[in-house]
Amino acid sequence: MRYIEPHAHMVSRTTDDYLTMVTAGCKAVCEPAFWAGYDRSSVNGFYDYFCQLTEYEPNRAAKFKLPHYSWLCINPKEAEDLVLAREVIAMIPDFLGRKNVLGIGEIGLNKNSRNEYIILEEHVNLAAENNQLILVHTPHLEDKLKGTRLIVDLIKNDSRIDPSRVLIDHIEEHTVKYVIDAGMWGGLTLYPESKCTSPRAIDILEDFGADRLWMNSACDWGVSVPLAVPYAAQEMRRRGYDDDTIDQVFFRNPVKFLRQCENFKVIA
Amino acid sequence: MLKPKKKQDSVELYFMEARAKLIDIAAFMDRVERDGLTEDFRYQALIDALKELDTEERAKNVLLALSDPTEEPIEAATTKAACGAWPEKPR
Repeated sequence: MRYIEPHAHMVSRTTDDYLTMVTAGCKAVCEPAFWAGYDRSSVNGFYDYFCQLTEYEPNRAAKFKLPHYSWLCINPKEAEDLVLAREVIAMIPDFLGRKNVLGIGEIGLNKNSRNEYIILEEHVNLAAENNQLILVHTPHLEDKLKGTRLIVDLIKNDSRIDPSRVLIDHIEEHTVKYVIDAGMWGGLTLYPESKCTSPRAIDILEDFGADRLWMNSACDWGVSVPLAVPYAAQEMRRRGYDDDTIDQVFFRNPVKFLRQCENFKVIA
Repeated sequence: MLKPKKKQDSVELYFMEARAKLIDIAAFMDRVERDGLTEDFRYQALIDALKELDTEERAKNVLLALSDPTEEPIEAATTKAACGAWPEKPR
């Protein structure tokens, strides 16, 4: 099989994971900027991180002939400090011209606070002003419902943003309809405990169709599985899906969304 | 909607997995009761969410039962982590 890993935090994975993913059929990996597990102390920490995402990491992946793409932002977990967040946002345009950058992400909300919301609004403005794709992180667990509504409503109310150029990630059964009805794409994140299992993700595809949904592992430094996407494909096979449907869900769908950015060179 | 051309028997595929998870929930409840922790809001939220198994759209309704239903942003984030249940849910 061939697949795209649309969301993986490879900076926190080993080089062995690249080899394993390529061996399983991965044709491109996309890496959103995220929280490092600790708060950076200054804007310089983000400068170094953006260099890592746009220089070092693509080179590491290239050793396995794997195209590596990235998304840039300050994540919502570090948005409570408005001064720092604004310094980071001001720096992002300097990186948007780099050849592996897909857009602004993963922006969004974490605890649904006022400052997180302000910084989300400023990221959306940055994307609109620079005609960038948007990748959105929705909050965890009990905060997801409220956060998803706040995020979708904010983006819907910005007439400069085409909803088909926005992907709302980490959706589950209680948020998928809100995202799909808004004309946006949805991401199903395959986590052992805190997000979707493969069977549940496939249930959601069966209820809402595969037109604007993709699956990702969101593998990072926490409990996560870098091969979660091909494992989910195997689960679809177990349910009786044919190779063409699996190719649509795991390869052609992500390519369709990501090709809206001219930097994304993989062709379906 | 998405359907496989050759549909498989979902009970055949998933019964044993569901059975194991159900026993795990039962064992968890026994354990919490044994340890005298049934007043924990997360445990209470889980017990409350079990009622949704008698509804349609069970997965969605369980998630809704565990969610913060409010609509306005909170004043400030005091923690980065979520705990899985809304602490302010009325008992």
